[in-house]
Amino acid sequence: MRCLTDSGKITTDIDSLRSEIRDKSVRVIDVRREDDYKQDHIPTAVNLPLANLLSDDSPESVLKLMNTMGIDNETPVVVYDDTFGALASRVAWTFEYLGHSDVTLLETTYSNWKSLELESDSKIPEIQHKEHTLNLQPNILATADYLESAKERNDVILIDNRERLNFLEQHIPGAISLPYRTLATKDKILRPKDDMKRLLENRGITGNLEIITYCGSVGTLSGLAYYALKSAGLPNAKLYVRSFKEWKNLQKPTEKQEDASYWDLSAE
Amino acid sequence: MTISNLKQSRSDSIKPKINWSRVEEADNFAKTVKLFRQGKYDADSFRRFRLQHGAYGTRMTGDYAMVRIKIPAGEIYPRQLEKISQLSEQFSIGSAHFSTRENIQLHWVVLEDVSEIFRGLTEVGLTSREACGNTIRNIMCSPLSGVCPDEKFDSTPYALATARFFLRNPMVQNLPRKFKFNFTCCEKHGMVRMVDVGLIPHTQEVDGTTQRGFKIFLGGGLGNKSFVGYQLEEFTPEEDLVYTSMAVLRIFDRLGDRKNMARNRMRYLVNDMGWEKFQNLVLKERAIVRATQSVITQLEVDHTPNEIKRPIRISDESGSSIPDGYARWLKTNTVKQKQSGYRSIFITLEAGDITANQLNALADLIRDFSSEGKARFGFVQNVALRYVSEDDLPRLYSNLLEVGLAKSGALTMTAPIGCSGTTSCNLALTNSHRLAKEIQRKLLELKFDEDDDLSDSSIKISGCPNSCGQHGIATIGFFGGGGHVGKDMYANYQMSLGGRSDGDTMLGQTCLRVPAKRVIPVILKIIELFKQNKKSDDTLQSWIHRVVNNNEDSKIKSINDIKKVLEPLTIPPTKEEDPDFYLDYGDDTSYHTKTGKGECAA
Repeated sequence: MRCLTDSGKITTDIDSLRSEIRDKSVRVIDVRREDDYKQDHIPTAVNLPLANLLSDDSPESVLKLMNTMGIDNETPVVVYDDTFGALASRVAWTFEYLGHSDVTLLETTYSNWKSLELESDSKIPEIQHKEHTLNLQPNILATADYLESAKERNDVILIDNRERLNFLEQHIPGAISLPYRTLATKDKILRPKDDMKRLLENRGITGNLEIITYCGSVGTLSGLAYYALKSAGLPNAKLYVRSFKEWKNLQKPTEKQEDASYWDLSAE
Repeated sequence: MTISNLKQSRSDSIKPKINWSRVEEADNFAKTVKLFRQGKYDADSFRRFRLQHGAYGTRMTGDYAMVRIKIPAGEIYPRQLEKISQLSEQFSIGSAHFSTRENIQLHWVVLEDVSEIFRGLTEVGLTSREACGNTIRNIMCSPLSGVCPDEKFDSTPYALATARFFLRNPMVQNLPRKFKFNFTCCEKHGMVRMVDVGLIPHTQEVDGTTQRGFKIFLGGGLGNKSFVGYQLEEFTPEEDLVYTSMAVLRIFDRLGDRKNMARNRMRYLVNDMGWEKFQNLVLKERAIVRATQSVITQLEVDHTPNEIKRPIRISDESGSSIPDGYARWLKTNTVKQKQSGYRSIFITLEAGDITANQLNALADLIRDFSSEGKARFGFVQNVALRYVSEDDLPRLYSNLLEVGLAKSGALTMTAPIGCSGTTSCNLALTNSHRLAKEIQRKLLELKFDEDDDLSDSSIKISGCPNSCGQHGIATIGFFGGGGHVGKDMYANYQMSLGGRSDGDTMLGQTCLRVPAKRVIPVILKIIELFKQNKKSDDTLQSWIHRVVNNNEDSKIKSINDIKKVLEPLTIPPTKEEDPDFYLDYGDDTSYHTKTGKGECAA
């Protein structure tokens, strides 16, 4: 059995997924909108739009979703999206949080899959209901309260995965900026391991630290970063899943890069 | 090989001839940043090291840098643009900035990520080495070199060879101050008298054969104090190009002021010594340089002709209609080349800023439309596609429209220059960058780009008295400062009129101070005055030229007369009357001047 936490495998490459699909040994999840999914998708994939998950992401509710998608404790799951892996990461992280250990991300996006002219179809698979047990992994979750006390510790690094200008404008005090684009290459959702390691090491992000990631609102971009850290062999990562939106709503302190009109450099 | 590696990216038949990069410099930079952060490298040495590698400081913080990527002779290839697009999204703000000196700048880069940008650049043969610091900065060449109807020959290969000769050359690693070379095509497309060494290609007949060479201008430059350069001699033969360059650099290295940072560009040396003495020194030094080379030193000038190959058409859209605005764009953004059937088309941005997506689009447009398979940076924060077949122009225009790169007025007064100002620069006092964008939007809205009377004029804005925005050579130039009403401050620009950088190069003359929020009305008023008083064949530039030289006989006879008309527009309202007056562009907090340490002189 592949196990994310045991083997450290984070992504599934295209060739492996294709053979697993042929062997019918994998549950593939497509995290795009329903309309896009209906048009075409990777064969055998089931659809889980992120909005469906987020409408109620309590453990009980997500567990039900997993059961209807035919996922039990032993089912290998591969997740993909068309949003640079960020939505897929959020789904994968949620499964992991509920105690499902064998979940990986497809190494690339659906657009890239299509541009390689790989197989796709519009068939909606018939799913046999399964039963997954609940085994919460609170060690991979950071709440606002947890974050507030943890970030004062020397062995904790807080990473903001939003774009640079948003970070400069406002961020959680003490956070460092690592925009989600930094994590990917042109055609893979995550850089190769050595490349990622070097990049993170330059930024002082190393294995002996606890690392908490956050982004704008629902933990997608920071979900991708969570897996980026794991892919570089940094085991002690947590996702602040409610992210900056909650932090601001709670009126917790924020920090700003002062005395510069950086927005005017943007050509957007 | 797995299937995912099989994906073909578009291949380019025309590739860069020179690899400027060295991957070990990325490793070394990463290592040095770590040592610096650990306190094992002192701040001054680190700053010198950082600048030598092309990473400039950022406004009010030591945590970020600006990486200045050199584009020697302004030649850029599609894959290079795509890489810079990617790097801008990964490590910068998702936009890049085209500078006035044919560099591409990535701003707000985390210092620890700079080495990753270097590493990325090595994949496409580019470097930021010696883009900052006291060395030879990017070597520029006119965007029209090779296609200009008035040029004697194409100076591009000489610009590239000079860049290659001096990059990482030990003799220029520690000059008293920065040093700039500009090659151009002809007098009109100029900028040779406003730089340390300016070169115009020139030929002379010797015993019935045509000999190539240059007119070389020395000792010009824009800055806190600007000077116009002097021509060294009637004709400098091409084989003397390298000896002359070396001689000038040796003199500057030996005699340049290493103490007074504010006065140590070569132009001050020339000014203090007097031109004739300096000229003699250069000619003597050149004789010594020529005589004392242990091996014959010459530039490796690559004379292989550029491959001109019309891109293959995949689809024919000749039936599609021409979009609105085409005639306006054709008139204000394109020039005929000396090669018949081709035009060079200029893309103007807002103050040189371009998004990551537009960089990718630009790469594809080069592949689809430029028969030389590359683009050329211009002198005014812009870029040109050359060797575009006349037949392809409507289709190119509609493609440019789709990606927001079809803004008209590229070759007119409506495309102002604005340095980075308070968006990122430590020295800036005002947001000159945003002001340039605001002016452009207003002038285009008024369709001033279509007005022939305005096309040879220019507007250039610097955010402080230093001249990164080149205000001194603008028809209407501005540099930023602060004004007071009691305790309240507002952004205030010093305006100069009549500057130019062509064969009649002169510096603009001070007119008056204009509050930031009154700059646009003042520009419009100047245009109105010109329209009222011009002679039939006048352009704004020729009219202002006469006024500042006191040769005008209409109602407006001098710069002082213009000042009198404009003064009422510049009177500050009270804060109660107009609170917006006290805010600089792009800032919603009360204006105050705040600067950090500059690094030009580091």
